[in-house]
Amino acid sequence: MITTSNLSKTYGNNQVLNIDSLNIPKGQSFGLVGNNGAGKTTYFSLLLDLIQPTTGHIINHNIQVNKSEDWKPFTSAFIDESFLIGYLTAEEYFYFIGELRGQNKADVDTLIAQFKDFFHDEILGQKKYLRDLSKGNQKKAGIVAALIGNPEVIILDEPFANLDPTTQIRLKDIIKDLAQKQGITVLVSSHDLLHVTDVCERIVVLEKGEIVKDLATSHATLKELEAHFSGTDVVL
Amino acid sequence: MGFMALWLMVTFFGAGLGMYPMLKKFFPNQNPQLVFNSFLFFWVLGDLVFRFFLQKLPVMIVKPLLVLPISRNKIVNYVLGKSALSFFNFLPLFVIVPFGVTLIIEGYPIISVIVWMLALIIIVLILNFLNFIIESFSAESELSFLPVILVVSSLFGLNYFNILPLNKMLGNGLNAISETPVLISIPILVLVGVYFVNFKLLRQKLFLDSGLKKDIKEVSTSNLEWTRNFGNIAPFMQLDLKLIWRNKRTKTSIWMLAIGLLYGLFFYTQPTYLAMPWFYVFIGVFSTGIFLINFGQFIPAWDSSYYKLLMSQNIKYEDYLKSKFTLMALSILILFVLGIPYVFFGWKILLAHFAAAIYNVGINTHVILLGGAFNRKKIDLNQKAAFNYQGTGAVQWLIGIPLLILPMGIFAVLYFFIGFEIACLILAILGVIGIVFHQKLMKMITAKYLESKYKMIDAFNQNN
Repeated sequence: MITTSNLSKTYGNNQVLNIDSLNIPKGQSFGLVGNNGAGKTTYFSLLLDLIQPTTGHIINHNIQVNKSEDWKPFTSAFIDESFLIGYLTAEEYFYFIGELRGQNKADVDTLIAQFKDFFHDEILGQKKYLRDLSKGNQKKAGIVAALIGNPEVIILDEPFANLDPTTQIRLKDIIKDLAQKQGITVLVSSHDLLHVTDVCERIVVLEKGEIVKDLATSHATLKELEAHFSGTDVVL
Repeated sequence: MGFMALWLMVTFFGAGLGMYPMLKKFFPNQNPQLVFNSFLFFWVLGDLVFRFFLQKLPVMIVKPLLVLPISRNKIVNYVLGKSALSFFNFLPLFVIVPFGVTLIIEGYPIISVIVWMLALIIIVLILNFLNFIIESFSAESELSFLPVILVVSSLFGLNYFNILPLNKMLGNGLNAISETPVLISIPILVLVGVYFVNFKLLRQKLFLDSGLKKDIKEVSTSNLEWTRNFGNIAPFMQLDLKLIWRNKRTKTSIWMLAIGLLYGLFFYTQPTYLAMPWFYVFIGVFSTGIFLINFGQFIPAWDSSYYKLLMSQNIKYEDYLKSKFTLMALSILILFVLGIPYVFFGWKILLAHFAAAIYNVGINTHVILLGGAFNRKKIDLNQKAAFNYQGTGAVQWLIGIPLLILPMGIFAVLYFFIGFEIACLILAILGVIGIVFHQKLMKMITAKYLESKYKMIDAFNQNN
């Protein structure tokens, strides 16, 4: 359970995020959509205690994230390339993250073996540093690294961007599996409405830092989102 | 690297100022300007080697320009023009200008000195472009340093065996230019020539799949199992070692080890310095602490590109910092041991180095780690290393004072008032105190880092 209360972030006079209340129950696959500057990454950064809230707080499984660091063992994230260590190979990177999360090499090997299809022979055994991989392959490595160490909360910012179609479809299966079968809370942001409605049980639309829609996904959701973002949204 | 550049500038400037009196002293019956000219050939050779290993054509900057409506010729001219403004071309000015000014003061004809200085600057630019020609041929060969070695050694050989007395020819040429200014047109023509060759070479290569291609090296991995002996900090130590070994910017720290180690030879071979025991400690601190200074001054900016990852992971900050501490302490130990042969110049030197090494381990490591907590400058590891000031801020300069000046000051005062041995002892005791309070100090330093966590994340996120 992730509880957000009175959370706001202001830079100078510019309020970039303002969420009165948002509760994400355990095991939910939660989607965050919104145009550029809507506050998606800001929210995730606050959740990871990478920036300080101006007001309010987030409580992640009974731990207030800006007060204690105890949320770290069960929370993992891939936000952008700054979560990769460019001068390591993919394997070295996985093992390093594994060590930070208390996993030995064998544990990590077992986990990444499950993602053989997802990697499509482009990640493991490449003898290449992460910095020399293509953007899409970097992303694959980053996403899988976020699954190491049995996290209960996984945060993925724009996971579908830069991925090829095959990998996008595989990633959707992975995310669904995490939430439905393993009871992991997955937070995903995306610009791709189709993917996010496919994957997430619940979708929240942010606009200029505020929640403007909070939808339980149904077959009508995609239409509603498309209407919203094309500006033809009818106020009921 | 900031230190390195400043050190070079100061040394060159000092050499420029001292050139006239020095040449006057060693060659009392000769004209200093002519003597200087006669040695120019060796400078040319040294400069070529130096440039080859450190200077690269800034060709990557043109990528964004390629798709803009700018003609390729203009882009090539821009790259070549930019290379002329490199630090390597300014460095010789620190010798040329003060030496030239001294010559004018000493009553040499102003016009001829100015023409002579101009000729030297043109030679520097010729070397600049000549280096890129050599490099472009090196890129194609298997042993990339072969061409430069070939060129330089054959030039040296031709001169040494008097087949072609290049040394004299160059010297006489310069003498002639300062006597007959019109002759400066010859080096200018050569400059135009090498520029043109460069232009041609670069014009052909300005495509994404040739000159602008990033070369991807195959990785060779080692598991660094020995770091396991250090317990909890092992993962960070492995990361740090890979960081140092696999990035251009950090690799220079390794070469700097050699410079630091040999630094004492510059001084101890001169009786003037050998007679100044209070100066030994400075060399001791510098030569055992060169890695400490080079690597330490950019903690934690080395990890700036993935700092967000580290901060969102379940890491013990203290272990992270301890790994850096351990590396620095090890480097001090190794450098001290390798420096033991200095005992050849006297046991006092060894004693002073020993005291300096202990001081480095006990005090300077902690000081530099503490300084890192105020570090707000990002470093891009993928960029070339030499004379890259990215990440250099006021902190890097200010930290030099306690690091080098303080121990030397303490030592000098004690030396003059009490004596050499006591001064060594007290310096060593200071170091031991630091080692004894290591745990406490690390706790304090860690707290400082945690305090500035958000500021660091924010700063490392900026593209300055």
